[in-house]
Amino acid sequence: MADRGDLLLEVDDLHTHLVTKAGVLRAVDGVSFQLYAGETLGIVGESGSGKSMTALSILRVVPKPAARIVQGRVLLDGEDLLKKSDEEMRRLRGRDIAMILQDPQTSLNPVFTIGNQIVEALRIHGQRAPRRRLLARAIEVLRQVRVAAPEHRVKAYPHQMSGGMKQRVVGAIAMSCQPRIIIADEPTTSLDVTIQAQYLRLLQDLQRETGLAMLFITHDFGIVAKLCQRLLVMYAGRIVESGPVRAIFDRPSHPYTQALLGSVPSIDIKVARLVSIEGQPPALWDLPQGCRFAPRCPYADQRCREAYPPEFRSPDGDPDHVASCWRLEEVA
Amino acid sequence: MATREAGLPPAAPAAAADAGASTRRRGWLRRYPVLPMVVLMAVLFVPALFSDWLAPHDPYQSYLRNRLQPPVFWGGTWEFVLGTDRLGRCVLSRIMYGARYALAISLVGIVLGAVIGTALGLIAGYLRGWTDIVAMRLVDISLALPSVLLALALAAAWGPSFQAVIIVVAFVLWAYFARQVRAEVLSLRERDFVARARVAGASNGRIIWRHIFPNVVNTVVVMATLQIGVVILLEASLSFLGIGVPRPTPAWGLLVADGRQLVVSAWWISMFPGVAILLTVLSVNLLGDWLRDRLDPKLRQV
Repeated sequence: MADRGDLLLEVDDLHTHLVTKAGVLRAVDGVSFQLYAGETLGIVGESGSGKSMTALSILRVVPKPAARIVQGRVLLDGEDLLKKSDEEMRRLRGRDIAMILQDPQTSLNPVFTIGNQIVEALRIHGQRAPRRRLLARAIEVLRQVRVAAPEHRVKAYPHQMSGGMKQRVVGAIAMSCQPRIIIADEPTTSLDVTIQAQYLRLLQDLQRETGLAMLFITHDFGIVAKLCQRLLVMYAGRIVESGPVRAIFDRPSHPYTQALLGSVPSIDIKVARLVSIEGQPPALWDLPQGCRFAPRCPYADQRCREAYPPEFRSPDGDPDHVASCWRLEEVA
Repeated sequence: MATREAGLPPAAPAAAADAGASTRRRGWLRRYPVLPMVVLMAVLFVPALFSDWLAPHDPYQSYLRNRLQPPVFWGGTWEFVLGTDRLGRCVLSRIMYGARYALAISLVGIVLGAVIGTALGLIAGYLRGWTDIVAMRLVDISLALPSVLLALALAAAWGPSFQAVIIVVAFVLWAYFARQVRAEVLSLRERDFVARARVAGASNGRIIWRHIFPNVVNTVVVMATLQIGVVILLEASLSFLGIGVPRPTPAWGLLVADGRQLVVSAWWISMFPGVAILLTVLSVNLLGDWLRDRLDPKLRQV
């Protein structure tokens, strides 16, 4: 087992439902995982697999009134966040757990300068200092995220900055209160590839400097390979495979993970048609009784359709590498 | 009209928008709506503030020997530049004092309406649910009630008064503000910067006040400016109908009403207050248009 920091965050059997006219959608349906200090944990999965909903549930900012966290525990330092009062929870957001959203273009308030928005983040968490001192701190944070000429940038409005620069500012706001955990929900999807690489390197550097833990939500395996130590693969609201990134890449054990990795196009091999996974993910209001991937799985048999598989150790022998697939029972 | 003669396009917004060479060449004359500002100053602000010194006569004083005197260019005298009314009161002085009422009613009424409407719109739009439903039904009720009817009721209850007019104005306006603000909040609350503020631990009050309100302030200011014209017209029509500001207060609408029986022979009694209303409303609207373009944060510089 690799070297691990202290256990920071533990999600235990989390269920988040969306109540809609079509019925109750089980967006997150029994998700459990641990996040250790200083590590980067990746979550991959298709759109609608429950990745973002899991993240929002941890911070308890699910879209009300449709979404409801119905079951489970989210333990931070052994305290259940789901049992905290709204006020306690509000104070914890940004201070202990910060979040970086998908689109930097829209996650900054257009009518305030960058400096004011960082100062505000500091003020929310009770930093009562004169404005000038907070502004100096804002400049410092901007420098930390490698924004050039931060003394000038604090006076700029969001529309005067490029997308990559804005995402750095969003990162700076997330970093400003020195949180222990950052949840990044596809922070690079709206950036172009070179800026993406820069930003990921920045996140890595920041993590090394501050030792924070990161929960990184993405659907880009390239980013996972570069950034994460451990990986969770989600499908239809559940984690189907989890383990160290290398182990999963070397030997994906769930057919879904195999199919996902198989559909990543390679530069070296020319193909006439890109590989895709046949069929559609199941409707969340009408989940199959057994394994949720069974209708699309080339190996599915009777048992798969009847009962949801428990977690089995992967045949690669790595104790942390587990997957929920009946086929692994025979191997084990 | 005056606008044409001056050879200046009244609306500077077009000029404000295309920056660069043309702006530099024509300078401030192009960048600011100078003509509407000057007209407003001359017709509304200066008379409202300084009529005690500027007006040639007491607006309530009758000069019975000089009744129905025409304006100076229509065969009258310089003593009564814009002529006199049936009771021999100086039309110019009455218009100048009337500016006070126009200004006071529009300022107080609009501020009241805007504050109430904006607050309700912000809360309703942000909280949604029951608060929203109740607030919006109130808006519907308010919009369904004819303002004249309301003024009539108030006038019947308390007698026509200055305060009643202000209440009517606020009552008519708040619903428009509430509805407009709510609509904008509905879209703003889904924006990512609100979500970001939430995950950063900002409270509801803080999000509404610090993040959403500054984004609707432009709309509110522009709406308020554009309402000045509406309010002056409303005040004028209420006074004209006798349910607004009571006589003999020289409110502009009353002045128009006073001259209506003599409009063929002594046209100046109604005409000049009418022109004052027209100029004020027109300039205020042009100014409002300019403000709307000007307050776009995209055009704001560091």
